[in-house]
Amino acid sequence: MELLRFFTAGNVDDGKSTLIGRLLYDSQSISTDIIETLTRQSKTTGSNAEIDLALLTDGLRAEREQGITIDVAYKFFSTSKRKFIIADTPGHIQYTRNMFTGASNADLAIILVDARNGITDQTKRHSIISAILGIPHVVVCVNKMDMEDYEQSVFKKIEEDYLEFSKPLKLQEITFIPVSALEGDNVVTFSDNMKWYKGPTLLQFLEEVTIVPAKTSEGSRFQVQYVIRPQTDELHDYRGYAGRVSNGSYKKGQRVVVLPSGIETVIEKIEKHQVEIEVANTEDTIVLHLKDDVDVSRGNVIVPVENVPKTEKEITATLCWMDNSGFVPGQKLLLQQNSFITKAVIKEIQAHIDIHTFQKKEASDSMKLNDICKVLIKTAESISYDPYSENRAFGAFILINENTNNTVAAGTID
Amino acid sequence: MSIQKDYLDQLEAEAIYIMREVAGQFEKPALLFSGGKDSICLVHLALKAFSPGKFPFPLVHIDTGHNFPEALDYRDKVVNKLEEKLIVRKVEDTIYKRKLQDAKGKFPSRNALQTYTLLDTVEEFEFDACIGGARRDEEKARAKERIFSVRDEFGQWDPKKQRPELWNIYNGKINKGENVRVFPISNWTELDIWNYIKRENIELPSIYFTHERECVVTESGQLMAHSQYLQLDADDVIVKKRVRYRTVGDMTCTAAIESEVYTIDDIINDLEEAKISERGATRMDDRISEAAMEDRKKGGYF
Repeated sequence: MELLRFFTAGNVDDGKSTLIGRLLYDSQSISTDIIETLTRQSKTTGSNAEIDLALLTDGLRAEREQGITIDVAYKFFSTSKRKFIIADTPGHIQYTRNMFTGASNADLAIILVDARNGITDQTKRHSIISAILGIPHVVVCVNKMDMEDYEQSVFKKIEEDYLEFSKPLKLQEITFIPVSALEGDNVVTFSDNMKWYKGPTLLQFLEEVTIVPAKTSEGSRFQVQYVIRPQTDELHDYRGYAGRVSNGSYKKGQRVVVLPSGIETVIEKIEKHQVEIEVANTEDTIVLHLKDDVDVSRGNVIVPVENVPKTEKEITATLCWMDNSGFVPGQKLLLQQNSFITKAVIKEIQAHIDIHTFQKKEASDSMKLNDICKVLIKTAESISYDPYSENRAFGAFILINENTNNTVAAGTID
Repeated sequence: MSIQKDYLDQLEAEAIYIMREVAGQFEKPALLFSGGKDSICLVHLALKAFSPGKFPFPLVHIDTGHNFPEALDYRDKVVNKLEEKLIVRKVEDTIYKRKLQDAKGKFPSRNALQTYTLLDTVEEFEFDACIGGARRDEEKARAKERIFSVRDEFGQWDPKKQRPELWNIYNGKINKGENVRVFPISNWTELDIWNYIKRENIELPSIYFTHERECVVTESGQLMAHSQYLQLDADDVIVKKRVRYRTVGDMTCTAAIESEVYTIDDIINDLEEAKISERGATRMDDRISEAAMEDRKKGGYF
């Protein structure tokens, strides 16, 4: 069975949690004891509905008190066709970093638009974040259609507005579905109220959409996570490089180069969970053995000789600043790209990007929470990378404040 | 273009990747092993991640003293077979050393006391990372937790200060005194665990399968194993039932269910038909309040 990871984003009152609640409830993914708890809780929150579906996803006390989503909540459900992991992300601008967290691993975005309000600044922000993260599918759910008498013209207008504004974002695939999460129209079951809509229900779409892996380049990529050296009598000379194939495939006997050292060698053996295999593919967690006794450590990259990624000490990237304290020029940072960590400094902020128009604004030399900027970063050690648009797993990084150890920014390499 | 893998392969790869990140990033990690199905899967995943090498961490069991004997037997059997290091620390010793009050009531739960022992053990061995088998589908507060969850020097989880966690990049940098709880099977559901156990042919403690047991019926109708740890009243009736366990916690707070299962397939069938959640069915410790788990986690619990 296939697994689809998606995230949901919307305004504070767009009914996002209700939509997820509806998906889970109508697909019979909620157990009876939880429904009982919810019925009991719903009476204390002042919701009119018999069951306040939003309570299914808001997990923290502060969230229940305020009726908002602060942090990503992960929910799981499956149908006979697919398994789903939902990252329910907060809509409020203050919690944008949590939205990035939930969205970064998703195959698909569901962006909610309130039929009464149309496209808002938040819709734009969520779409721009989806574009920056290279999410392959975007589903725009026009919610609360019941409040607009299920009017087709309302839906059409939002569709046109969205396509117009999102043109420069170059989103890969956009689908529009009119729904009412509260009433259940077109979420799991077809709506009798919108006979003019001929497309699939949301669940049907989620079950049937082709899961396109994010665009990837040709180059096979493998980063060393951990060196396995048992050093026992019988495994005296065993030295294996453990890691996950992030793209492409590796074959026994293949000529490879280790980066950043640039030393060439040959794959002598590939093991997957103690079994020797001939070929390893994307996502396989394997152990590579090299023919020559070369110096390889955690964070090093092993790639085919004929397709070597750029390896440089300067990169330009799109950065989202995620720390409450803003960026101070000269700040000491660590750059982490999967298992590779190096000291880094932001040499130049080249442009600030308006998160609601996608236009470049004049750059200043500071960044504050949720700012999105084009930056030039200098690293202490050479980083091997592919542009994020070609390989999500190999073109993404985070920045860590060396002083507080907090993750302060997320970046995608140009 | 790569072909979509089966979801169990994806979940397995993710968990192995996370375990190797722990090994690569931390000086003194540990794996919390209770003999329950989730931590049994963790041990199986660690074997896949690190063999033929030894685990780069010891197994740690926080022994409440209220365990099912079958779970302890299983634990010792596994440790002997794998020849990995096991550290056991007992809640009883913590109670004595710290002059704590033992749990009271008819079904005394040492769940809260367990946190002291866990934090003392982390301090004693200076563990900087503890791998645990918590899953996001278990409970609402867990659904919000990161895979690398930073705890302060008091072991506390602050849900409002969680670090952003993007892609497959796990920031394990911490300040002195802090530690990280790592949850490699965060994205697995209960059903995924059972399907994985079936696929990998993993052996389990016998109490997951139907057996005859002396039970006490609680006021709400739950079946609790009769043991020396319960404080029974004169009018309590002990009944013999054919039961099994869906989760393995303490004898004093894990309820048995009546159902006939003899194989993993039976368990999976039962689960697919079941209409009640895992913790709702069998855990008395989560029934205390809506935010019971959130509060315990803030206090240092897993």
